[in-house]
Parts: sequence; C-alpha cells; structure tokens
Amino acid sequence: MAVPFRFYSQAHLVKVLGRKANNVETLVEGIKNVPGSSIYYHTHRFLQQHHYLSPEPPNDFAYWIGSILNQARLAEAIASVDTVSFVRIEDLRQAFIKILTASLKHERNSMECPEGQDFYFRSCQTFVFPTGHVANDLREFLNQIKMVTVHSLYFHMFEAPLRLKKEESDFVAWFKGIGELDLAKKIARLDPYTMTLEGLRKRIIKLVGDYVTAKH
Amino acid sequence: MSQRNIKEYSPIVGESVVEELFLLADKLRGKVIQNVNSTAVGGGVAEILAHMVPLFKQLGVDARWDVIKGNEKFFLITKKIHNALHGVDVTFSDEEFDFFKQVNAENAADMASYGDIVFIHDSQPIGLIEKKKDIGKKWVWRCHIDFTNPTAQIEAFLRDYIERYDSAVFSAQSFSRQLSIPQVLIAPSIDPLSDKNRDLPEETITSVLESFNIDPQRQIVTQISRFDYLKDPVGVIKAYLKVKQYVDCQLVLAGGGATDDPEGAKVLEDVRNAAADDPDIHVLLLPAGSDIEINALQRASSVVLQKSLKEGFGLTVAEALWKSKPVIAGAVGGIPQQITHKYSGILTYSIDGTVYYLKQLLNDPDYAKRLGANGREHVKHNFLITRHIRDYILLFLSLYYSEDVVQL
Repeated sequence: MAVPFRFYSQAHLVKVLGRKANNVETLVEGIKNVPGSSIYYHTHRFLQQHHYLSPEPPNDFAYWIGSILNQARLAEAIASVDTVSFVRIEDLRQAFIKILTASLKHERNSMECPEGQDFYFRSCQTFVFPTGHVANDLREFLNQIKMVTVHSLYFHMFEAPLRLKKEESDFVAWFKGIGELDLAKKIARLDPYTMTLEGLRKRIIKLVGDYVTAKH
Repeated sequence: MSQRNIKEYSPIVGESVVEELFLLADKLRGKVIQNVNSTAVGGGVAEILAHMVPLFKQLGVDARWDVIKGNEKFFLITKKIHNALHGVDVTFSDEEFDFFKQVNAENAADMASYGDIVFIHDSQPIGLIEKKKDIGKKWVWRCHIDFTNPTAQIEAFLRDYIERYDSAVFSAQSFSRQLSIPQVLIAPSIDPLSDKNRDLPEETITSVLESFNIDPQRQIVTQISRFDYLKDPVGVIKAYLKVKQYVDCQLVLAGGGATDDPEGAKVLEDVRNAAADDPDIHVLLLPAGSDIEINALQRASSVVLQKSLKEGFGLTVAEALWKSKPVIAGAVGGIPQQITHKYSGILTYSIDGTVYYLKQLLNDPDYAKRLGANGREHVKHNFLITRHIRDYILLFLSLYYSEDVVQL
C-alpha cells in the first residue's frame, strides 16, 4: 500500500538584522554579508505576503531598486534572475552580487534613496509542522489540497526543495512514489514563481483533476 | 470589551488558518506566558492584552497578565521616557534614573515568578530583567512605540536593559536598532470584528452621512486622524482644493482631538480656517467611542487619505484597506509596510504628489477598485489579529530553537 501524503504547513517569524542600505553599493554589501535566510526571505516574501497579486512584484531587491531608487533597467535585471533554477541559496546570492556589482560601474548607481525609504535587511525563522490533512490516493489529494492553507501549499512547493534540500517538490516526489509518473512530470514542469499561490493551487487542482478523470 | 471566540474569525480568514493556530499553540503546551505592562486599563497595550490573553487561553496557551505598581513620580518619569523615545529633547537626572530603577526593583521583588516566558511590554517595566540572573527563564521585551529617533541618553539607558533580554520585538523595521540580541518584527493588527471594522448595513452608513450633512451621491475623500500637525490636515485641505478644480468631490476630516490639549485645539482652529466656508469640507471632531461613525465614513469614501508627516504604525491605513478602499498615504513610519506603492495603495511624499494621485483615483474608479481589492487582501493576510497571534506564538517558540528551519 502506498504511503499516504501528509500535508505540512509552515510559518515564518520575521527578524530584523539591524542592517540597512540606501543605495546600490550598500545593498550589494549587505547581500554579500547577510545570512542565507535573509536572501531566502527577500526573494520569497512577496510570494507569501502578496500571493493574491498577479505574479508581480518579484522580489524585495528588485522592488526596492525599481520603485524606490527608480532604476528600472537594474530592477528588471534583478527581477529576471530565475529563482526556480537555483537549488542553493548561496548560488542565488552570487547571481545578485554579480549583476549589482557590474551595475556599480555606472555613476548613476551611487544615487541614494529618499529619506526613510532605506532597504532594511530582514531574515526569517521558519517553523514547519504537520497538519491534520492526509491523502491516501489522488482523489483524497484533490479534496485536501482545496482545504489546506496557502502556507501549506507554499511549504511543499518552495520550502521543501529550496531550504530542506530536497531535489523536487513534495508533490512530485509523492506522485512518483505512487507510480503516477506522468502526473509527476506535469507538476514538475510548473514554474511556481510566475504565478500567485492561489493561481498555483488552481493549476494543480486542474492538472490532478484532469488526470484523475482521464484515468478513470 | 466584549470577549470574542477565536472561531468567530474562521469565516473571515479561513477555517484552515484558525486550525493552524491551534496546531502551533499546541507546541507551547506546558509553557506559561507571563505578560507584564504598566496599566490594566487605558492605552493601546492594555487594550491589546485584554483582547489577546483570552484568545490565547482559548487556543490552549496558558497566558497571564500582571501589572506593575508605581506612584505618580514614577509615572511622570516614564512619561518623560516616552517623550524622549519620540525624540523630544529632555534630559534625565541620575536621581530620576535611580528612582526608575528602584520602582522596578520593588516590583521585581513583589511579583510572582511563574512564567516560563516573561513578556515585558514597553519601557516602564523594562528593569524587571534584573530578576533574570536569579530566576533564569526566557525574557522578551516588546517595544510598542515609535523608536526611530530616541535621544542618545535614553537610548543608552534602555539599551543596557534591552540587551539582557533573549529577544526584542519591534512593530516596524525603522524602529529596530543594531542590537546584540535577536530582533523580531511583529506588526500590530486590527480586529475585523470590532465596531470600527465590521461590516455595516447600508442604512447605517447612510444615516451617519445624513447626520453629518454629507452628500452620499457625490465622491467623498476622507482622512481619519486626530487633529495633529504630524497628520498634516491642512496639507490635506490644500491638496483637496487643488483636486476640486478638476473633480467634484467632498472632503471629510474626522477624528478625535482633545480640546483640553492646547496644540490639538490650535490645529483644529487652523484646519477650520483653512476650510473657510467651503460647504464641501466637513471637519468633524468626534467624541471617544465613535467607532461606528468612523467605520461608516471610511466605507462611504471613494478614496481615503493618511497624509502623515510622521507616524507610529498608522493602523488607520489598514482599517481603510480592510474596507477595500484605495488609500493614498505618506511614506512614513509603518505605512510602507501596509502599502506597496501602486499595488495595494499609493505612497506619497508631498501635497502635489497627493493631488496627482487623488485626481487619478477619483477619475479612474477601476484602478482605484483594484488597489482597494489588493489592499484588503494584503490586510487580510498580514494585519488582522489572527496573524498577530500567530506571530506571538512563533516568537515564544523561537526562544527554544535556534535553527533557520525548525521542524516542530
């Protein structure tokens, strides 16, 4: 008998690091020195806090560079970093450092933000816990995924692969484990960073629902 | 204050969100949380505790609440500390500091030490930390006020205490300092079931408008805040007068304001002078407890302003966003945490900026509606009391775990 899928959830406690930036130079210095949990937080916060917005805004760095420093080109470059392709936070950090350091050659990048609009580096401590939602098969999975919080969805799609160093999302792993390889492939192809969490939930429900219907 | 049941929030935030609060709270089983502040009634902190402690108990967390004792002299000193934290240029004598320490020491000696986690609110009881060396336990200091610009003397005095705590909690990132202990960011919250925020029948809104002679058929722009220069009510009138040249609308400036406060009375006079005899400007000095009126005025508005020049957290912004209103607000204090510019509202820096965006929102109701809808969602997930409770549970748990990712 297949192992049931237990939905977990997670919650972040936000910490302030007491470090701030007021231009690109101090931003890159901060990015070089803050803990990995801070890079993770600033690249994933919007996904959770703004999960109802159409995919934008992308990450805190891009938002601040674009909206506060008014540097659209650099903001676009930072927003375009393909977060989903990084399996290690350290590599993601280096990608930002590379783009920002290159931009420092331009004099314009010494421009400071308006007073009170500094970039404050934060980080987060993440608490993961099991919920009471369990699925024994695809039909139950379909029912349960409609009921869990977006935090649970977030955990299985983002947290597990990136911070718990799993190779793939928990959903993909479970579908493979119960022999549903085609479905696993379809879910693995989703780029969760380009849709809202509710949008992602709907997409997964549709994919699993269609798959179940076609199969039976 | 009426006691609420935690399950009443399920229809608003979702059953699974409340379900997760119970799951997290269960991880604190066996731990006693001892809250300590300086007053049982009056003031924001007492209000929060009166509301939250029973909700924690319903979740199964053994939260309790103690109040320190102090005489008039002590509270005069703590009031002076409060002012110094806000940057008011006051100087303390050694005698004042010694008296503050003495009262804290007396309270430390009298107070029962039963909490596994001692949660100290604001600066008045901060000196209780001296007890830590004798009894151990986990200690958290919660700063509820604006800590952006304290005087050097008071910052040094308090820092000596703060850094002996296990964690410090601030409401906005701009209030945080460089400290040797972990600093947690926990924003305040609004209660969606309170009179100020709950849904109102259309008739109530209409009758409130009628009572103030406000025309429900024409667009209404509102700022709710006490009459204080830092809320820039005269700037709001200037902005409104410029906008009115292009768009027909009415302005409501409503809020409490103590008439026995000399500055408040002066601000109100300035506001009334600036409003002159424009019948479309409604300056409303509301008595305490006008929550339904404030709720109705916010709900009747096309656009809500919060043109503050300085702000603590500015929860009136969250209140308006919760009612799906487009908000234009000064980018100060905790406001940028509530509004992501052009996504969930508008942030401005000047009267002219306010004019520019106000015209836009009044002329483009679809855009205004979208901002308001995003704003409501943002508040729903980040500024309701359920999120506040979750953050406090996580804060307490964080005292026992140091890893970045904790498997409970």
